[in-house]
Amino acid sequence: MFESLFGSVDAVLLARIQFAFTVSFHFIFPAFSIGLASYLAVLEGLWLKTGQSHYLDLFRYWLKIFAVTFAMGVVSGIVMSYQFGTNWSVFSDKAGSVIGPLMAYEVLTAFFLEAGFLGVMLFGMNKVGPRLHFTATLMVAIGTFISAFWILSANSWMQTPTGHIIGENGQFLPGESWWAIIFNPSFPYRLVHTVIAAYLTTAFVVGAVGAWHLLKDRANPHARIMFSMAMWMAALVAPVQIFAGDMHGLNTLEHQPVKVMAMEGHYQSHPEGAPFYLFGIPNSKEQRIDYAIAIPKASSLILKHDPNAPLAGLDTVPRDEQPPVGIVFWSFRIMVGIGMLMLGIGMWSLLARVKSRLYDWPLLHRAAMVMGPSGFVAVIAGWVTTEVGRQPYTVYGLLRTADSASPLAAPAVGASLVAFVVIYFAVFGAGTWYILKLMSHRPKSGEAGVETEPGPTRTAGITPASALEGGQ
Amino acid sequence: MSVNIDLTTVWAFIIAFGIFAYVVMDGFDLGIGILFPVFKGEERDQAMNAIAPVWDGNETWLVLGGGGLFAAFPLAYAIILPATYPLIIAMLLGLVFRGVAFEFRWRDPGHRAFWDMAFTGGSIVAAFAQGMILGAILQGIDVDGRAYAGGWLDWLSPYSLLTGAGVVAGYALLGATWLIVKVEGGALDHAYRLAGRAAIATLALMIAVSLATPFLEHRYWQRWFDMPNMLFTSQVPLLVAIVTYFLFRTLKKRATWSPFLLALGLFLLGTIGLGISMFPYVVPDSVTIWDAAAPERSQVFMLVGVVLVMPLILAYTAWAYWVFRGKVGSHGYH
Repeated sequence: MFESLFGSVDAVLLARIQFAFTVSFHFIFPAFSIGLASYLAVLEGLWLKTGQSHYLDLFRYWLKIFAVTFAMGVVSGIVMSYQFGTNWSVFSDKAGSVIGPLMAYEVLTAFFLEAGFLGVMLFGMNKVGPRLHFTATLMVAIGTFISAFWILSANSWMQTPTGHIIGENGQFLPGESWWAIIFNPSFPYRLVHTVIAAYLTTAFVVGAVGAWHLLKDRANPHARIMFSMAMWMAALVAPVQIFAGDMHGLNTLEHQPVKVMAMEGHYQSHPEGAPFYLFGIPNSKEQRIDYAIAIPKASSLILKHDPNAPLAGLDTVPRDEQPPVGIVFWSFRIMVGIGMLMLGIGMWSLLARVKSRLYDWPLLHRAAMVMGPSGFVAVIAGWVTTEVGRQPYTVYGLLRTADSASPLAAPAVGASLVAFVVIYFAVFGAGTWYILKLMSHRPKSGEAGVETEPGPTRTAGITPASALEGGQ
Repeated sequence: MSVNIDLTTVWAFIIAFGIFAYVVMDGFDLGIGILFPVFKGEERDQAMNAIAPVWDGNETWLVLGGGGLFAAFPLAYAIILPATYPLIIAMLLGLVFRGVAFEFRWRDPGHRAFWDMAFTGGSIVAAFAQGMILGAILQGIDVDGRAYAGGWLDWLSPYSLLTGAGVVAGYALLGATWLIVKVEGGALDHAYRLAGRAAIATLALMIAVSLATPFLEHRYWQRWFDMPNMLFTSQVPLLVAIVTYFLFRTLKKRATWSPFLLALGLFLLGTIGLGISMFPYVVPDSVTIWDAAAPERSQVFMLVGVVLVMPLILAYTAWAYWVFRGKVGSHGYH
């Protein structure tokens, strides 16, 4: 069956689809858990500092959601650490000496830290006491950040490779200094942009859950705290993110100008100021944008801060070195559009605060609910922009994607792709459903922790939350 | 067999240590998954609680094994993974089901029976695939230049099926002996009975694999049976016999920790046996650890990390085990 189904399809294309599918699915979970781990640390810290039980209730409420999210992140992440070898063995052979150590450091400094303290964070509150427990929560949160640091360094090196030398078999080998590899030119920008994106994603999920419960009961104190904290994040961090994104874009223009040409839909060079396309259908065959709606010279203004600055287009790039423009053009617009909507919600929440209507403005709450999953869409769209935009290369400008794949038969890759799609949708679909069910529960005083619920062996002997407060 | 202690050899031992740590730690997690169906109701909750706080840390050693191989021996990673492609994918998908079942079974009592089945199925598939990967490596991989040159079902053979079954039985032994440490009441009686049966199965398969291996390749034969090697190598089966004797004795006397530690001893001897057969090859007969090694700059850079960070990892992992020490009983964590 697979022979007939996949016999005519290119194994490299199937491997690319498989990697895109598994990494996109995977990144949904860390995009949420990086932000949520920090949010949990803040909640527990506020509880320890103020002694207010609402914070502990909220901590326990979100901890259950974190447990499910983290489990899905772990199992989908392990898949990624093996995909390089299973499907991209030539890349692994050529770039392993440079990329491998960065990932090894991620395992050593981040994964063990997260996993080692996760058990205590989930189940250990009554075994180790609040202060040591808070330390465990902090370690998990720090672990998620360190993990982002190393994996984004590795990804950034593939985008803007520096600090390496080329060995005898065409291998990339580390040069004089590892600093040049780790802190390659696009890394600081990508790290900041991605981590802020994770925080914003989490803020909008938390905000949506708070809004949902406010719509049902606007006096619910837990829902008020959630919503208010989330809206502060939206109001303060969305503008920072737009600025960080702009800086990242300028960095891309410097180091991967072809990617920016695809993002902008600039098939032609514009010697006297390039337009920004609000809408259009990229037509790579004819090398033009159909049905274009453009703001003249706006692209030059954004990218060069000068409306008349010249910008080169894809007409300066051979066809076989161009990325697929349509995907990059649109994913970029989706990401930016959502960013602007996030900013809008943040500003709206400031207005609501000024008018003392933050907890009493159903339309704002409905809008925040609609925006709940927007962070995930924006994050995936952003990754699609940067990853499709660097095609046709895995190591930018040096190693082509087509020359990176494993010598596998198309039926093998096709069969595994089908298995991944079916199982991921079933398993992670169920997990998402469980998370939504947890979110639909009204947060309440005396919220049960993970260790207390549900199941017979977890229920007994739990110290009531009030007793814990007395203890700190 | 003279061994020059260079960085590459050091790294071979680090990776071997990582894989061994994974096998014993996630081994007992997977083993409990394999034995899960024979437990009922409240016994299952106990069994789950015996590993819930530590399974994630245990599984991280698998990422270190894979990531470490990628980093320290990229060529081996680039050859072995495509050669065992369907097995790796099956293992990963098995681990997906196993991993989410920990949380999902609590979240959805209506479908607990399904997630319990996923927990067992995932554990068995992952364990069997790991065993078959081992067999596939030992029986040899077709290599051309710097790439795998065989077909996508080359790994499938009676020998790899045997090693797959061996690892499933061995993990079941680790799981049962870990449960002896962690559970009480009816579940404990159950664990002792299961440990005895798993030990018999493990030994039978270990012997079968040991007998089959020297016939795979003449080099394995020489390594084990040529003098003077044999003076050294013959110690391994001798020690296996001694450990086995004590394992059955301590099971009969219903000791708490000894059966688990002796089961670890069996795995350690198995690993040493593997090392004797394979060293210095990482892909038997075609790629040595020196052929596959990353350049010295990569090795040194990572060694700094291992030396600085590994003691910390071992310390806080030990702390986490200490926090959740003792019987989980029927009272869970509190």
